[in-house]
Amino acid sequence: MPRVSFANVTKNFGKVVALDEVSFDVSDGQYLCVLGPTGSGKTTLLKLLAGLLKPDEGTIYFDGKPVNNVNAQDRNAVYVPQQYALFPHLTVLQNVAFGPLARGKPASIALETASKALDLVRLSWRAQALPNELSGGMQQRVALARGLASGAGLLLLDEPLGALDARLRLDLRHKLRDLVKQSGFTAIHVTHDQDEAMSVGDEIMVLRNGRIQDYGPQRRVYRRPASIFVANMIGGASFLEGMVDTTVGETALISVRGGLTVQAPSTTLTLTAPVILALRKERIRISRDRLEMENVFKGEIRGVRFLGNSKEYLIRIPNGDIIASRQFAESEDDAFKVGEEVQVGFLEGDAMVFEYPAKGLRNELEVG
Amino acid sequence: MSKIYGNIHALADVSLHVEDKEYVCILGPSGCGKSTLIRCIAGINKPDSGQILIDGKSVEQTPIEDRRIGYVFQDVALFPHMSVRDNLSYGLAVRHAESTEITTVTNEMLDLMNIRDRSKAYPRELSGGAQQKVAVGRAIATGSHLFLLDEPLGALDAIVRAELRYELRKLASDLGLTVIHVTHDQEEALSIADRVVVMKSGRIVEVGKPSDIYIAPQNLFTENFVGETNLLEGEVLETNGSQCVVDIKGHRIRVSGFGKKVGQRVIVSIRPEFVPLTTPSEVGWKGVIKQVTFLGNLNRYVVEVDGGIELITEESTAEYSTGFRVGESVSVLLANDAHMLLFDYPKEGLEKEISLE
Amino acid sequence: MEGAVLWSFVIGLVVSILDVLGGIPLAWLIVRSHGHWTTILDSLADIPFIVPTVALGFSILEFWSSPGGLAQLFGSTSLVSSGVILIVLLHFAFSFPVIVRVMVGEFLNYRETYEVAARTLGASAFTAVRTVTMPILRPGILAAFLLALARSLSETGATIVVAGAFENGTVFINNVRGSGLTAAVVIASSIMIVSSLTVFGLIKIITPRIRVAPLKVWPNLERKLSKSPVVATRNAISLIVFLVFVLLPCLFIALPAVEAVAAGTATEAFAGVGPWKAFWSSMSLSYVIAVLATIVNIVSGLPVAILIARNRFGTRISRVVDALVDLPIIVPSLALGVSLNFFWRNMGALPEFWVIVLAHTTITYSYFVRTMAASIQGIAPELEDAARTLGARPLRVFRKITLPLTKYSLLSGAILVFTRSVDETGATSAVAATLKTAPILLVSWIRGTVAVTPAERALGVGFLVATSFLALVMLRLIATRISARKVA
Repeated sequence: MPRVSFANVTKNFGKVVALDEVSFDVSDGQYLCVLGPTGSGKTTLLKLLAGLLKPDEGTIYFDGKPVNNVNAQDRNAVYVPQQYALFPHLTVLQNVAFGPLARGKPASIALETASKALDLVRLSWRAQALPNELSGGMQQRVALARGLASGAGLLLLDEPLGALDARLRLDLRHKLRDLVKQSGFTAIHVTHDQDEAMSVGDEIMVLRNGRIQDYGPQRRVYRRPASIFVANMIGGASFLEGMVDTTVGETALISVRGGLTVQAPSTTLTLTAPVILALRKERIRISRDRLEMENVFKGEIRGVRFLGNSKEYLIRIPNGDIIASRQFAESEDDAFKVGEEVQVGFLEGDAMVFEYPAKGLRNELEVG
Repeated sequence: MSKIYGNIHALADVSLHVEDKEYVCILGPSGCGKSTLIRCIAGINKPDSGQILIDGKSVEQTPIEDRRIGYVFQDVALFPHMSVRDNLSYGLAVRHAESTEITTVTNEMLDLMNIRDRSKAYPRELSGGAQQKVAVGRAIATGSHLFLLDEPLGALDAIVRAELRYELRKLASDLGLTVIHVTHDQEEALSIADRVVVMKSGRIVEVGKPSDIYIAPQNLFTENFVGETNLLEGEVLETNGSQCVVDIKGHRIRVSGFGKKVGQRVIVSIRPEFVPLTTPSEVGWKGVIKQVTFLGNLNRYVVEVDGGIELITEESTAEYSTGFRVGESVSVLLANDAHMLLFDYPKEGLEKEISLE
Repeated sequence: MEGAVLWSFVIGLVVSILDVLGGIPLAWLIVRSHGHWTTILDSLADIPFIVPTVALGFSILEFWSSPGGLAQLFGSTSLVSSGVILIVLLHFAFSFPVIVRVMVGEFLNYRETYEVAARTLGASAFTAVRTVTMPILRPGILAAFLLALARSLSETGATIVVAGAFENGTVFINNVRGSGLTAAVVIASSIMIVSSLTVFGLIKIITPRIRVAPLKVWPNLERKLSKSPVVATRNAISLIVFLVFVLLPCLFIALPAVEAVAAGTATEAFAGVGPWKAFWSSMSLSYVIAVLATIVNIVSGLPVAILIARNRFGTRISRVVDALVDLPIIVPSLALGVSLNFFWRNMGALPEFWVIVLAHTTITYSYFVRTMAASIQGIAPELEDAARTLGARPLRVFRKITLPLTKYSLLSGAILVFTRSVDETGATSAVAATLKTAPILLVSWIRGTVAVTPAERALGVGFLVATSFLALVMLRLIATRISARKVA
């Protein structure tokens, strides 16, 4: 039995449809990351789970029982807002003990639970401090401890790292996951940052304009994204427009705009159907020598971007399109320069084929 | 060209030199003084001591409105009671420019930012990214050549940020602007800056090209801040000209390092992308995989090696290896010292030195 | 009768405009200057608000009209005699703090970044404020204007004192009431109520629709206006206007009161001799009524404040309630009193005392609800959301989260209600036939319907002022506590 279930849930705010017939399951102990741009409905989803909002249509189930009419205080689902919402007039310890006390536990037990939670996040030494005396990262940990101490079992995290500096986020995202997993909670963590979503969750759900675009383990969603939007949102890719020419056994020949031919895995799409090819950046090889791959073209380096542990090259291929290739941990000797002519290649299996989107490519890639 | 010698309570003895048409990123954690620095340049804050020179002239006595600097605010600050068009033309209107000039330049800006169709809209109707574009256009319309950007992409989604930063950079190049761009995001700074200025607690820690400060920074804080790295505490066993042998909890490695003494406490830094893993072999350090994370284009591993040392390592998924699993035994090959950096052990302790807040 | 009502509106509009012109520069000075003297200035600007209007009227009468006032400096017996001009001076003084209070709040909440952005784009300080800050704050300025207008229309006690032979709406009603012409009273009151509602409604609807004119800038002129000497002159003028037309007239009462104490009248007062017996019983009546009104307001106002602040029953209902809450402020209190009286007395059920309490509660209701609603709205809803999902029932959320974070506002609201109730003249005079609250008693002392010596008059007013002053001090202390918490 799934721990949490959404069955055709719709939520409107006036004329705006925040969630549109959304259905999914979350199993016990799972850490689900919901990824989506601002305005995609992520916070609404969390608030519906928390009981802070009521669905207009559809049912929400906890352990198989419908909870649409169950109050927020009775749902056992803790909501941790982006700005943490630490009670400014209470000390750290009082904040963390709030949950158990509210649920009727005697003070001694509540304080003990709170102390244990503070130990977990390694902030026992600041138990008597007020929230505004703590740094952003520490406040985040207190908010987490408060959620863990509540004994609720379902943790709803709204952009938990959003208020922190980029470098701090790198450190804390793994610690966050470890803590949640250690405590055995089921967690739904909402974010617009795909690196975070990939690092932290067991599974990823991609939301766009109130609808689920894809849902599954990271590896699957990354390797076989359900749509162009998902491919772009998670990992990024280069996109080429083309048309299915012929299929030969397991291989399809796609003729790309501008006179190129690409070998891709055979698809169920009809011949002459317009398609989009998506190519992951790390799957595109560049070399000064010959490449032994199914798809190889001549290319010219048009741009180089230094990203620290990797470099991104922008390469112009013979039909005039620019594609991006990411080289990880490249040595300076191997580095390519702008204007250099190279061989660009990718395997047949790495070419992802999608139906041409009804509203056009630009619309599909728009993130707001 | 601007020079600053400063002594401000949020800034301590800061000196900086920016060339014409340079794109400089000031990088540092929240509260390091980076915003205070550009606010001083703009004239919004006044330094307690020191000088600011723009194009060789001192600007202490010049009020904000006469410094002719384009400024983009962290919270966008578009005038809510004016349409996009009116926002864009404000800078020209207050200088009492000709109405024909105003219309021409405003239309240019609308086209440049690709928002011609939203010229009549009000700020609250626009998305975050669109608002930021209008803010940038508004500053450019005044015709200034020096630009100060205060976390211009901070309020945007990660994906929009990653796209917009390149557009920003291209705009600056095309228009020949000198830009000082403040950010807390190291990837942002590395990907678009000509030079990066790293700040901490009101001081400039290091300045250099992105590749230089990532690959060979002078400072331990910089090394840890501009990207993830493994920091290993050790002691110098031998010195030999330009190289040292360092003992790390029983493991010995050879690192290039100059002027170290035997017995000195040091920190060895090695980035995750340069920690190679293999199936167990004779050479290398023996370890066990504690954690595996799939990041799409990378696999990230946490390996525990003998001596209780935890190492983070990353490898590209481009190689079609199946990757390692949790609990698997591996060997860590740290023989190649080319990418290892040696730092003196910090006086105030490691945690304090690299602390991010 | 129509003439009197018309005069009320004319005076109200003129005074409100003057107050806006005078109050905004002072509020600006308070917020944008540095140094401890600005907090002192801030407190001083509150004085006319706290001093009971009866006392205010008397003080202003003495200041402008009597031989012992400002006239001394000019060697004449009276500078401005009773009548319409004195009413204008009176209304200007006591609506002034309304403007200052609202505008200080607006300036403090205003994101200065907008102004700074305008300056980085090349606008001089004056231009930036004129073209960016003021338009953005237009709703606040409008709110302040309407509040000042409401106070002016509503004011009874002091106006009666300074009106002399002149009649504006409230004076007319009062005079007519004394003559026992019930019909005229009712008609006049109704006219005032309806006109007030219409005027306010129109202003509220029209002003937001006034289009912002395209930007016209005179860079050189405005640059000059931004320079320090000009700014300093403007500040000096604001301070002088404040001093001469607001502060001094209000505090003037202190002089004769202190003289009275020195002359030994105080001992008589405390002994309860002569007119003082009635005085003290009036004071205690006023306080009892005030305490009751405060309690009723807290109990009935808190739920309404929560409703407005949190849109509990949907935005439409909240908006309706929101508008209704403003009614007692808009409707002149005297007219309100008349209608209340009509309603309750003719129903026969309630004794006079309770009708007075009811009238006071109604009139002060808005102050409390507004203060509490604003304060509750200031608490991020996320705090309550988090508390609820942690398992706290609504009552617990209120007790442990909302209340502690708003307790200072609760206190301010209560003090505001208390002082307003003690001050209340208009409605009380309409409702009270036999009972006399302190302000009503003092009006009769000042107008001479009850014979008292000048010293006794001064002292009586002085006592009333003293209690209100205590309230002001307490409000200030609370305000500093609130802002200290915010900074930390």
